[in-house]
Amino acid sequence: MSSGLEAQLDGKVERIADKYDRERQNVLAMLHELQEETVGNYVKERDLEKLAQLLDLAQSDLQSVISFYSMFSTRPRGKYIIRVCESGPCSLMGSDSVFDALKEKLGVDIYGTTEDGLFTLEPSSCLGVCAVAPAMMINDETYGNLTRNKIGEIIEYYREKEETENAADEKGE
Amino acid sequence: MALENMHLLVGVDSSSLMAGARTIKEELEKEISRQGLSENVKVLETGSLASSEKNVVLLVYPEGIYYGNVTIDDVEEIVEEHLKKGRPVERLKIEPESGPAARSVSLTPDKRREELSSRVVLEDVGEISPDEIDEYIAVGGYEALGVVLEEGMKPEELIELVSDSGLRGRGGAGFPTGLKWSFTRKAEGDKKYVVCNADEGEPGTFKDRLILEGDPHRIIEGMALCGYATGADEGLIYIRGEYDLSIERAQHAIDQAREYGLLGKDLFGSGFDFDLEIVQGAGAYVVGEETALLNSIEGKRGYPRVKPPFPANSGLFGKPTTVNNVETLANIPPIVLNGPNWFKSFGTENSPGTKVFTILGHVNDPGLVEVPMGTTLNDIITDYAGGMRGRPFKLAQLGGTAGGILDEEMLDLPMDFDTMAEHGVTLGSGAILVMDRSTSVRKMLQSFMNFFRHESCGQCIPCRDGTSKLYQLATDLVEGKGKKNHIEDMIRIAESMEATALCPLGQSPIQPISGLVKSFRGELEEGIKNRVES
Repeated sequence: MSSGLEAQLDGKVERIADKYDRERQNVLAMLHELQEETVGNYVKERDLEKLAQLLDLAQSDLQSVISFYSMFSTRPRGKYIIRVCESGPCSLMGSDSVFDALKEKLGVDIYGTTEDGLFTLEPSSCLGVCAVAPAMMINDETYGNLTRNKIGEIIEYYREKEETENAADEKGE
Repeated sequence: MALENMHLLVGVDSSSLMAGARTIKEELEKEISRQGLSENVKVLETGSLASSEKNVVLLVYPEGIYYGNVTIDDVEEIVEEHLKKGRPVERLKIEPESGPAARSVSLTPDKRREELSSRVVLEDVGEISPDEIDEYIAVGGYEALGVVLEEGMKPEELIELVSDSGLRGRGGAGFPTGLKWSFTRKAEGDKKYVVCNADEGEPGTFKDRLILEGDPHRIIEGMALCGYATGADEGLIYIRGEYDLSIERAQHAIDQAREYGLLGKDLFGSGFDFDLEIVQGAGAYVVGEETALLNSIEGKRGYPRVKPPFPANSGLFGKPTTVNNVETLANIPPIVLNGPNWFKSFGTENSPGTKVFTILGHVNDPGLVEVPMGTTLNDIITDYAGGMRGRPFKLAQLGGTAGGILDEEMLDLPMDFDTMAEHGVTLGSGAILVMDRSTSVRKMLQSFMNFFRHESCGQCIPCRDGTSKLYQLATDLVEGKGKKNHIEDMIRIAESMEATALCPLGQSPIQPISGLVKSFRGELEEGIKNRVES
């Protein structure tokens, strides 16, 4: 990695820390933002170290915060995080078959990431859209009343979107 | 045809967003401008207008016509035919009964009128644009705050008013709100906080999301009133990390309130300062517990604290803090405006007011409904949720996964705090999961126990070990590997957790377990190996 890029990345952590006044109480907001800006949807060890330095906290302290909250990850994940609700209402309305359909369609197990790096499959507690159970979220989008067919269509939609974006990128270059 | 002051409301909620509500809104605006109608028609976003089955729903005023399942291809026709020529597009029309009601549930016209007339908390949801502070003000918003501050009502008088109303916390425990406020008021401290608990994680509950998405200013006003009553000048709304739209709407509302001088310094010239911040959660059920919530706001692991001290004396950053649920705060402005007696005209003697229930599972019409406290489950299923879906009723779980069980014999009990408590059930968050006769009680027990195991924060041993053990025992029952005394073992473990766990998470598994054992012992015992057939 070139030193220029390194500096740029470090700049990211500093910028985020400064945005939130380097205050401990804003740690969740900083981690959310850091994760969003990192390819692979996770918090890098190196960034964590830097953030701990900037906030004058032990790295283990920050690590313990990250590990507590399910929305944070320290391992690279797919571009799209699929969160399938496995709470009572969704379970009653068939979340098991939602998992089955997704595992089959994506070829991964729970917590697995597809080979193309596009999707990570995660279980989730209640997503708060129980009237349309069973439900899942893909990044910020919520999908309800899921059936095997609908799941297939949704995944295809994301795959096509990715292809279109890639094609556009290539054209752009 | 001259059309003036037409309003086109686009229902935007999590469900309609995925059907393209925002894109359709933009396209409507473009088309309206293309047809030269920008002067006459205003396009507004509002909260949920209908059930997800209707996807994107539009409401056109002054006629009050609803369109459902609107797609991008319908935009031109709606603008050209309806807005320009005044001819409603018949093929897209949906009945209002299944329109606005479905942001709760579908109702017959009579029931719908009844439900609307008893709305306290949800009265503006779907009626006003949550992004326009003027609309909230137009329906009486910020009037309660204005009256209190301009007339110089004393904080103690405000607390007394809330106490007199009999309002009890809507987050689950049902603690009297006025009393809670009075503790913080009396606590000594130069700095105090108000915290709104919008970490709505109880499975089956989404009332707080709809309130924040549909009427965020009401929460700001409720918090400012709480701040004035308790002596706090700073508030925080802790919203679940997954609730993107709630966060967006609440932030926008806070910005607008600041612009209008309704947050900030010297509100209404009274010398009272109050401002608000949003904290976004990051996925942890236990953080819904109030002391865990405070730790999370401080940027720490969301571990519950040992109580006492209670937050009223030592809360956020060790300062006196009032923690209230979203629905509780939403009740405050109307109580202040209309008085305690008005509020007591709803509900029962010991549980006045209304309750927002989310009704789910095997009913025809799952959704949200606001009814007077004390309404029976039978009425809610039959009158508000369109009845059972096919098979007959078997059981319901009330108040989320941590809640108790209602069987067929309890269908006609009035659902209020005290009656439910007498039957070992807490009203909790108001989630009602209805299950028909196809439901396997053992599988549901396993699903509930899986939830506790997954969400236990691991801080205290009874909960950390107990939830895993309970899940294992429940799984054995599902697999037919139960042992003699299996059920007694589960009860014994859950009871010891109730007695020794630090917070309500570990104290709760006994509720669904004892409820299921009481009503469905025989079916649970079918999972015991070599059981003696009677």
